[in-house]
Amino acid sequence: MSVSLGMFLAFIAATLGITYWASGKSQGASAYFAAGRRITGWQNGLAIAGDYMSAASFLGIAGLIAYYGFDGFMYSVGFLVAYLVVLFVVAEPLRNAGKYTMADIVAYRLRARPVRAWASLNTLTVSTFYMIAQMVGAGALVNLLLADSGIGYSGAVVGVGALMIVYVVFGGMLATTWVQIVKAVLLMSGTLLLSILVLGHYGFDLAAFFNAASAVSFQLDGQTVTQNFLEPGHYYQPPYGALDLISLGMALIFGTAGLPHILIRFYTVPDAKTARASVFWAMLLIGAFYIMTTFLGFGAATIVGRDLIADNGGINMSAPMLAQVLAGDIFFAFISAVAFATILAVVAGLTISASTSFAHDFYTNVIHHGKEPSPDEEVKVARITAFVVGAVSIAIAILLGPGANVAFLVGLAFAVAASANLPVILLSLYWRKFTTRGAVWGMAGGLLSSIALIIVSPSFMTPGGMIDADPLFPLKNPGIISIPLGFLMAYLGSITSSEPTAEAMYTELSVRANTGLGAEKPTSH
Amino acid sequence: MSQQVTAKDWERISQSPDYRRMIAKKTKFVVPSTIFFLVYYFTLPVTVGYWPELMKREVIGVVNLAYLFAFSQFLMTWTLAYLYMRLARQFDEMSDKVLADTMGTKGDE
Repeated sequence: MSVSLGMFLAFIAATLGITYWASGKSQGASAYFAAGRRITGWQNGLAIAGDYMSAASFLGIAGLIAYYGFDGFMYSVGFLVAYLVVLFVVAEPLRNAGKYTMADIVAYRLRARPVRAWASLNTLTVSTFYMIAQMVGAGALVNLLLADSGIGYSGAVVGVGALMIVYVVFGGMLATTWVQIVKAVLLMSGTLLLSILVLGHYGFDLAAFFNAASAVSFQLDGQTVTQNFLEPGHYYQPPYGALDLISLGMALIFGTAGLPHILIRFYTVPDAKTARASVFWAMLLIGAFYIMTTFLGFGAATIVGRDLIADNGGINMSAPMLAQVLAGDIFFAFISAVAFATILAVVAGLTISASTSFAHDFYTNVIHHGKEPSPDEEVKVARITAFVVGAVSIAIAILLGPGANVAFLVGLAFAVAASANLPVILLSLYWRKFTTRGAVWGMAGGLLSSIALIIVSPSFMTPGGMIDADPLFPLKNPGIISIPLGFLMAYLGSITSSEPTAEAMYTELSVRANTGLGAEKPTSH
Repeated sequence: MSQQVTAKDWERISQSPDYRRMIAKKTKFVVPSTIFFLVYYFTLPVTVGYWPELMKREVIGVVNLAYLFAFSQFLMTWTLAYLYMRLARQFDEMSDKVLADTMGTKGDE
């Protein structure tokens, strides 16, 4: 399909142009890591949306709804509601009191080395989990789309990895931001067009649309079954369905405000007021998008059908297949290019957050005790890290193969972020008696428990699965255990130690977080 | 920030009545609305998970309670965000006044 290839290449050319333009402007740490803090509110709103709505949203949720109906929509709801946590308690304090990373807040009044070491490890873990999901999505997409080109799954994963390394190494945060903005515009328009086409298919009659969704037929074990896709329970089934839903909900709601690649976006704007405005813009876009997943998902279920999707790339290809059936090859190519753009933009955001954290938190503050060995060393280390992170993610994504549902993989990344990051961010901002030990216990406890539970959950441990045994933990998502555990460990660590300096600094952090006095300034022109 | 902010300044600002009023006002909005949206949100997976028969009840045509409740979450989220944005303008004014009174400066300039 040469049209698809053409559209892919057009987008790649545009983003490389952006990167070239940005590379001239990304000199110095503040420019490289935070785009000079001169991104405007609506631009950052679009960029947050572009950073956040990943392959999981566009390919994953559409696929889950197309296969299982209402249960997939639960992801959509959680992904938006989560932004209230970001808006109310995290965005403004972070911009006011931090510099480049989430650890800036946690380390503000605590001992920097242990806190930043763990924060950096958490950032790398969450970003890698998230990135693998995107790579799997990209590989599956290219595999289906450019099947005759001989690129294949592995080739596609390597290609995406190479591109994101170029964006981040040469263009820094400025290039990443504009790639995300372009992607957000493409994704919103593509989704809107698809939704209109779905409604058009039903004569713009909502009742007809929902009627179709209430009786969806497909093949199951050689028999035709008909299910009401508006009803819950097709994916999350007894005996653990209800707990699974709650656990997933907790991961989504508390995870978003702990996602490093989202948090660092607030450092790209001039002040907290703009950070707040950008969250609001993002919420309007993100909300509109997730409402439209109704049309994408039920549209794919009713117009394409589960059987045809299964024969053409599987669950993650529901939205592109919908475009194909509704409007033919060219629109299919366009929607696939949108999905590809979506993945590239998110992957770039993840890479820069991981490399910023490694360079700023680990290299400068842990290894060199907060003193940069030479000017611009931090930026150099970040660029090298981007290479390494890219290579590692490529390798893992190729090992995993194209099978896994990407929304589900991202759900796990959210669980780690919610368990390991959010508790310490909240407690460092709002609890005077929070200590270094509390932060380390909280981050370590949240990280290790969520990872351990994922490994012994049905996702990995299942008869015939990656670990061939009955799962020790019955739920698909660890949030319901690991999030309270993250909070509990942070609490226990703090009450068993006392840190007078941390207590004394609380007033400073609190005043700074609330007023912006002494906040990092945007660079001048 | 051209001037140096000292430990005493942070203390002084935190003690100022205007600052305390701002924090009280913020807390008065953020704490109850956070409790509200957490309860409202988690009611969805709880009802869908434990009372599926109730949530499958069709309300408008074939559209059931589960879908309508899920959809209402979007409206709830946007409404709360809008209310916060409106109120936050007052926080900004109060914060600027605090800094002008205590430091002779504005925070974000």
